[in-house]
Amino acid sequence: MAKEKKYELRLYVAGNTAKSVTALQNLKKYCEEHLKGQYKIEVIDLLVQPQLAEGDQIFAIPTLVRKVPEPIRKIIGDLSNEEKVLVGLDIRTA
Amino acid sequence: MSKAKEQKMNEKYPTLPKTPTGITGLDEITGGGIPKGRPTLVCGDAGCGKTLMSLEFIIRGAIDFGEPGVFMAFEEKTDELAMNVASLGFDLDKLQEEKKIKLDHVHIDRSEIEETGEYDLEGLFIRLNYAIDSIGAKRVVLDTLENLFSSLTNEAVLRAELRRLFHWLKDKGVTAIITGERGEGKLTRQGLEEYVSDCVILLDHRVINQISTRRLRIVKYRGSVHGTNEYPFLIDEEGISVFPVTSLKLEKPVSSERIKSGILALDKMLDGKGFFKGSSILVSGTAGTGKTSIAAYFANQTCSEGNKCIYFAFEESPNQIIRNMHSIGVNLQQYVDKGLLKFFASRPTLYGLEMHLVAMYKTIKKFKPQSVVLDPITNLITVCSVSEVKSMLIRLIDFLQEEQITVMFTALTLNTIISDQTDEGVSSLVDAWLLVRDIEYNGERNRGMYIMKSRGMKHSNQVREFVITDKGLDLVEVYLGPDGVLTGSAREAQILHEQTGEVLRDYAYDRKDREISRKRKVLEAKISSLQTEFESIEEELNKVSQEEELVKQVAEKTRAEITQRRGEKG
Repeated sequence: MAKEKKYELRLYVAGNTAKSVTALQNLKKYCEEHLKGQYKIEVIDLLVQPQLAEGDQIFAIPTLVRKVPEPIRKIIGDLSNEEKVLVGLDIRTA
Repeated sequence: MSKAKEQKMNEKYPTLPKTPTGITGLDEITGGGIPKGRPTLVCGDAGCGKTLMSLEFIIRGAIDFGEPGVFMAFEEKTDELAMNVASLGFDLDKLQEEKKIKLDHVHIDRSEIEETGEYDLEGLFIRLNYAIDSIGAKRVVLDTLENLFSSLTNEAVLRAELRRLFHWLKDKGVTAIITGERGEGKLTRQGLEEYVSDCVILLDHRVINQISTRRLRIVKYRGSVHGTNEYPFLIDEEGISVFPVTSLKLEKPVSSERIKSGILALDKMLDGKGFFKGSSILVSGTAGTGKTSIAAYFANQTCSEGNKCIYFAFEESPNQIIRNMHSIGVNLQQYVDKGLLKFFASRPTLYGLEMHLVAMYKTIKKFKPQSVVLDPITNLITVCSVSEVKSMLIRLIDFLQEEQITVMFTALTLNTIISDQTDEGVSSLVDAWLLVRDIEYNGERNRGMYIMKSRGMKHSNQVREFVITDKGLDLVEVYLGPDGVLTGSAREAQILHEQTGEVLRDYAYDRKDREISRKRKVLEAKISSLQTEFESIEEELNKVSQEEELVKQVAEKTRAEITQRRGEKG
């Protein structure tokens, strides 16, 4: 199910909370499984860079933002449901 | 009583610190503002002014109180907000540049968000925290936080997070306003009132008889005295103004200073001095009795003394009044030009009664007149019920007395017994009540005026005839004839009749005088003739006696001669 396009993903977290850690682990796992070599993950800690929250309209933590490809998609939560994440990222059609 | 008690307590213990909102009237109702450092809930239906009120809170804070504020909008975009308040004369962009205000639009699009697994709203906290810290904000508004509920599905998380948010706001020490849509049977759709327990303000927008009125009520204010009534509020080019319409106390200052009515004869009826300053005067009468003329005279008098007057016209347009008053020799235009007289004409149906009150209140506050004319209050009835008009007028009179402004109402009475007794029920409230009424007699209609009451002064109990001429208004004493009160031409006729009588009487006197003098002359003539007669008789008598004397002398002489001759011979 791999796609040719490159994925730019951004994960917003706030410190090392359990949810953030889970979300990052989940994300890495899914990406390795489905998007090997085509993705880039950027983790932004809002405790360090709070000014970035406004730009991507972040209000919930953790939030995964798919910057590329357009349109922007957001997935909030610890990404524990693999199906939902993949559908949300348009990696797999529902 | 309890209020006094509480006030006493307030003196003893530190009171709840408050943050003034800067919104006209709201701070008066809340006794100084909303609780400092705590969240306040402003709720109401769509379009009732929540966003504007909260935004004004932020703007006023930034401009008037030097407290920067963060406005977090969940509904409108920041540029939309800026545009909305630009009409009120606030430049949000400039304030943002000056770092006095920070607008943050939280955009939540249901379509581009997927939820999976656990999350919290820490992002919102961080964002808010960042916004607050970046400008050192003291005030925060979260404009419709409930939008979160429509965007996110995990209600349990949301509720927990909201609770945390309010605690966090308190810890942060910012004074916050949270707005919420009104829900069915609840203050807010999502029950935000559960979380915000310090102060809840309810806004309302009601349409009664096709006229809408915005109202505000403080549902709860923990730890503070506050007005509990529904207060109307107005949104106009200066933002929101709330009118704390009922003052609970009757502790108004009074003045024994007098103010002239403009009609000399009327002043004479009022102890020769006129009305009390700061009193309320009701002029009532049937249609066409000259109520407006009396009111215009009063306004004219105020202005001619160099004082300011506002004329609230609910029936005629200002130009119409000015033109009409020209016909009785009152030139109001000159005072309008000088800025002493201000007309404020509005149709009663323009907006609700409360709105009228607020509008009047604002105008009066701004213009600071010495006297106010309301012409006529009866027209307000078209807007709502008598009792509402009454309560509105009570509040208006209250307010005017507080400001020491003399007010003259005119009221139209219908030719019924009921309305003659109560004119919108204000007759008991006013200090002086002039009644102008028709006196129909002998095929013509005249105006009679009398003073029904005038508190605190000696006043005439006489009915005067009220005449309107080219030269102006005047009061004429009515003629009290044997047939009762006479007015108009009947009075004139009676006066004429009296004058004729007088002339006749005078003539009769003259004739008698002449008669006497003639008689005297006759008698005098008689006397003189008698005298002449007497003289002639006297002369006759004299003549006889002289003749006799002469005879006697001659006889004696002759006898003596004879004797002598005899002696010579003998």
